[in-house]
Amino acid sequence: MMSQSLVTMCYIVATILFILSLSGLSHQETSRRGNYYGMLGMAIAIVATTFSGAVNNYVILIFALLIGGAIGTKLALKVQMTQMPELVAIMHSLVGMAAVLVGYANFMDSTSTISGVEKTIHEVEIYIGIFIGAVTFSGSVIAFGKLSEKISGKPLLLPARHWLNLGLLIATIFLCGMFLQQAEAGSGTIPLLLMTAIALAFGVHMVMAIGGADMPVVVSMLNSYSGWAAAATGFMLSNDLLIVTGALVGSSGAILSYIMCRAMNRHFLSVIGGGFGTASGGEAAVVEGEVHPIDAEETARLLMDSKNIMIIPGYGMAVAQAQHTVNEITKFLRDKGKKVGFGIHPVAGRMPGHMNVLLAEAKVPYDIVYEMDEINEDWDKVDVSIVIGANDIVNPSALDDPNSPIAGMPVLECWKGDTTIVMKRSMASGYAGVGNPLFVKDNTRMLFGDANKMLQEVLKALKG
Amino acid sequence: MKIGVPKEIHPGEKRVATTPEAAEQLIKLGFEVSIESGAGESADISDEAYKKAGVKIVKDTKTLWENSDIVIKVRAPEQHPKLGINEVELLPTGGNLISFIWPAQNEALMKQLAAQNVTVLAMDSVPRISRAQKLDALSSMANIAGYRAIVEAAQHFGRFFTGQITAAGKIPPAKVLVIGAGVAGLAAIGAAKSMGAIVRSFDTRPEVKEQIESMDAEFLMLDFKEEGSGTGGYAKTMSKEFIEAEMALFAQQALEVDIIVTTALIPGKPAPKLITEAMVKSMKPGSVIVDLAAEQGGNCELTEKDKVVVKHGVTLIGYTNLPSRLANQSSQLYATNIRHLLTDLTPEKNGVINVNMEDEVIRGTTVIKEGKITWPPPPPTLTVASAAKTETAAVAKTEKKSLLPEPVKQFLPLILGGLALYGIGSTAPTAFMSHFTVFVLACFIGYQVIWNVSASLHTPLMSVTNAISGIIVIGALVQISTPGFFITILAGLAILIASINIAGGFLVTRRMLEMFRK
Repeated sequence: MMSQSLVTMCYIVATILFILSLSGLSHQETSRRGNYYGMLGMAIAIVATTFSGAVNNYVILIFALLIGGAIGTKLALKVQMTQMPELVAIMHSLVGMAAVLVGYANFMDSTSTISGVEKTIHEVEIYIGIFIGAVTFSGSVIAFGKLSEKISGKPLLLPARHWLNLGLLIATIFLCGMFLQQAEAGSGTIPLLLMTAIALAFGVHMVMAIGGADMPVVVSMLNSYSGWAAAATGFMLSNDLLIVTGALVGSSGAILSYIMCRAMNRHFLSVIGGGFGTASGGEAAVVEGEVHPIDAEETARLLMDSKNIMIIPGYGMAVAQAQHTVNEITKFLRDKGKKVGFGIHPVAGRMPGHMNVLLAEAKVPYDIVYEMDEINEDWDKVDVSIVIGANDIVNPSALDDPNSPIAGMPVLECWKGDTTIVMKRSMASGYAGVGNPLFVKDNTRMLFGDANKMLQEVLKALKG
Repeated sequence: MKIGVPKEIHPGEKRVATTPEAAEQLIKLGFEVSIESGAGESADISDEAYKKAGVKIVKDTKTLWENSDIVIKVRAPEQHPKLGINEVELLPTGGNLISFIWPAQNEALMKQLAAQNVTVLAMDSVPRISRAQKLDALSSMANIAGYRAIVEAAQHFGRFFTGQITAAGKIPPAKVLVIGAGVAGLAAIGAAKSMGAIVRSFDTRPEVKEQIESMDAEFLMLDFKEEGSGTGGYAKTMSKEFIEAEMALFAQQALEVDIIVTTALIPGKPAPKLITEAMVKSMKPGSVIVDLAAEQGGNCELTEKDKVVVKHGVTLIGYTNLPSRLANQSSQLYATNIRHLLTDLTPEKNGVINVNMEDEVIRGTTVIKEGKITWPPPPPTLTVASAAKTETAAVAKTEKKSLLPEPVKQFLPLILGGLALYGIGSTAPTAFMSHFTVFVLACFIGYQVIWNVSASLHTPLMSVTNAISGIIVIGALVQISTPGFFITILAGLAILIASINIAGGFLVTRRMLEMFRK
């Protein structure tokens, strides 16, 4: 048995390790070490808690840890990199669910001795903890559904949805008062259950109303919520380790959401409010003009004639699983002495950093993968840029059409290069449902077809 | 269908309407291609080369014409010197002809062709829209003419183009003035520039200033406001005052420059006279003028069509067949233009052309359809419509009214936050406040740490925070030993779920990070 002070000391060490773990991620070189710090911190925290005086039910504990660990390990090893957003979403939901369960368990725990204001605060903490947990849970489940396309990516806009949200919030506050009153008398289960149902509905409604293009924001927002849920649980249990860790995760998610929103020039509240382009002022300009199609052979010829090539991957690359072919083409061109780079828009894909992970999986060296801000000045030096399954992030109307739903969003200005080749399945508009004048520019060539198949043909033509 | 390519009969014409490369593409489109023996000779393309590309070589001119559904040519049909009949009559009834026609200048020819009940596509009538650029033979020929103009000038110019400082003394660079910066003008600028000359250029259309400057030449400004852009990107006739100012500029430039290349043309009108005899007189002896408008009468008063003459010590070059003087190059470009046109005409790729009059490009190019004259086409409907729309829409945008005045909106969050903090501070017990301190500080640490995370690692960041938020397991661990069956079940379940997160999160992060390699 460990003394309370020793346990606390372990918690402090774990906290420091978690902070080091996150700061390790600031560079590729230190990132792996960071991950090991995190594992170590978690191990210390669990061992310290297990051997503290409070725990004696080891059978269930070990069983639960082993089963959970086994499931987690299997998931981690099996998941495909294109499915990362789904995995992350479902894991958020697990945190939310755990928070709800711990909250209920804590509520039913009748051994506590506190009373008066402290008891009230404790009950409010339980209430808030369960609320955040439940919202995180149901929201993440819906996000998972949307990402894995089990649910339509289109925003579901109920009439008067803002009023509905407000109503739900008021009901929650009202139930909180009721809960506190009844808790004084030792009951209160009914208001708590009712609130949980409302919170679940609230989570569902919130994520349903958000469009597919806003998914990166949603995923990082839910990441943030899962952190706040842990922090609320920490308050509930008066456990500083939980509070600190929850706060770290919560602010991490919040910052990611902020970065994503800025990358789309959208206000955080309007993303959470849901819908896309529903509030724009005038009619957006209609895209007119002719597209210039190109075939794989001609694409290969263009690539062979150029020196500086920039590839812009989007969600379409993930869908077509084209990253490996992209890497082979990249390798081939680099061997021929050409400069090949990748331009990554912050919201390319369905979660922050999605494209980087896919390219890393295909063994594209990370020092030729650039962020938007690193390369957006240099397009005039680019001979050929290849847009693979991206649309809104290369849409010039974001810059020059004030009425476009994505107006003001920073985009990769590939049309300033000599030639842009856009790979697309067909002439449909992007996730945001916005027409793209890039496709009809004079220096744009359209390569229609499945990205992977077409790239393989390009590779064949390059080699042949 | 069968495509036939006869040998050009116009004196001095060295071009040919298809090359082996283009013919190969045509055969891929489903056509059969035949060529008159020796047609490519003057463009340095042998019969052998055609044969290799799968083209049939036909010895007899008449047989070739008779057996062709589509005849492709460079020059418009004319009297055949050897056979003694007009090429129009050689054309089979109901056939198709693709070549330069110049319908505005050749009314008689148009009537003759119409009488023959044929379909004629004129390569000079391709509409000037961006989609049609790939079949715009005028542009590709003008490009060659502009380049060749400088080469011809260099031939007759007694000095270097480029400036040099040598042991034997200093050589000043040649000064070249290019009048009219269309396709030919810009090509001339590029050629002169790359030979090292100082290049100046003038054009009545102010929008070409940028193009001239992008070629590193100097744009001569005229201190006079008048827009010179006509429809379809061509120039129009200017007012008298403008022309006077322009002439004064040229007179002044004539004193300075060594070489003048004129390319000023206004569609359907004789070329404007820009260089007077007096200006020629004022030029330095040995100067050269290349008049690309010689066909339409010339921009210089003294130009003689198809000839090189020396007047007042200035060499005047009036060749009208400059593209033909680079026969191989111009044949290649022209053949590609024709190939693109035929590609557009056979969308099915089955070797059968479909003269689709709904298609703007084909409509414009077709001057006679099955014996009916369809020239001139209706004016093209295009350009700037979308831009104009944007502007009006932008004006129509209404300002959204805010419910709250601006200062209140700005400070509202601060006030609310302050009130909330006050509320907590005044009611909460000390134990809570110490946790709250930890919480706020942790938020700040998180804020500082996360901003440093590189964008490429955002996905690993999310999965690692996922794993870390599995710390909620501690909460469940603490509760599992609390008496009560229900609590134990709930806590056990929570442990299970959270440990999925912990194991899954860390391991998937590890897997991802392993993949990031330099």
